[in-house]
Amino acid sequence: MQEKIKALKAAFPHTVPVLLGYLFIGIAFGILLQEKGYGVGWAVLMSTLIFAGSMQFVALNFFAGGWSLLSIALMTLMVNLRHMFYGLSMLDLFKPLGNKKPYMIFSLTDETFSLLCSAQAPQGVSRSWFLFFIALLDHLYWILGSLLGSLIGSVLPFNTAGIDFAMTALFVVIFVEQWQSMRNHIPALAGVGASLACLGLFGPDRFILPTLLLIAGLLSIFRKSFDQEVRES
Amino acid sequence: MNYDPLQALMIILVVGLVTFGTRVLPFLLFPAGRKTPEFILSLGRALPPAMIGMLVVYCLKGMTPMAFPYGLPELLAVALVVLLQRWRHNTLISICGGTACYMLLIQGVFV
Repeated sequence: MQEKIKALKAAFPHTVPVLLGYLFIGIAFGILLQEKGYGVGWAVLMSTLIFAGSMQFVALNFFAGGWSLLSIALMTLMVNLRHMFYGLSMLDLFKPLGNKKPYMIFSLTDETFSLLCSAQAPQGVSRSWFLFFIALLDHLYWILGSLLGSLIGSVLPFNTAGIDFAMTALFVVIFVEQWQSMRNHIPALAGVGASLACLGLFGPDRFILPTLLLIAGLLSIFRKSFDQEVRES
Repeated sequence: MNYDPLQALMIILVVGLVTFGTRVLPFLLFPAGRKTPEFILSLGRALPPAMIGMLVVYCLKGMTPMAFPYGLPELLAVALVVLLQRWRHNTLISICGGTACYMLLIQGVFV
């Protein structure tokens, strides 16, 4: 028990940016789902079982009708394909996690992935519980956000426009930290460059799939030129 | 509600299962018991910075560089986050500062 409390205390500060982001994006999701006619129970159910921020916003369209289950499955596959790449990055980190591993895989969102990339368990804290609590706290924030949005979203007393920038800021912060800790910047530059090129070519709604392919291609081709330095950072 | 509860539940289950599928596939292809190919491991090491770079661009995809406000709120707020982070290395200060700046810009300056 002592071990878990220590890990929870160590994990919490790392998750505060996601707490801010998830609460507000979750609230936005809860409001929109409510507008579709699906109340608080549905919001909690979706956020518990699916736990994928942008995908749940896409899924709002499914409830408007006209989608077969097959087209829903294909659409979900396209939107979430990037998660396969997160799994590839976590093969090593998750290896020693034992019975926590299935939940860690289930809860591997963009935001949890980005925290797991950068957060280090302090000395004397169980690493596996530390990682587990990061994932679990994020999941709870997301459920809480959509629950709040569903219940009180429409009566919030202040203008929250733009508060979802917290998520952008989180990714920028992690990008800066990774940039400074890595001696070789080819992977980071490949990520940004490929995304911008594909965004320009394919437009904001369909650039993720070509971006993923281009990044995988670039990293494979130029592997020799950065692998040694990436391994040492 | 356009669907009866059972249909809505089916939609949620399909989205949930496929989402989990995309997350679990690498672990099924490269199980912990067997040796993962060196090529995959090296790709896995290089992917995090590339993916975070992609997520930054993904978050900014709604910017309109050719029309008002020319992406200025986003660019200014991102620049502030980068400066704060390089200066103080405190994630919370950077995120709260950048978010407050962005909210101020879109609610008060670029309206």
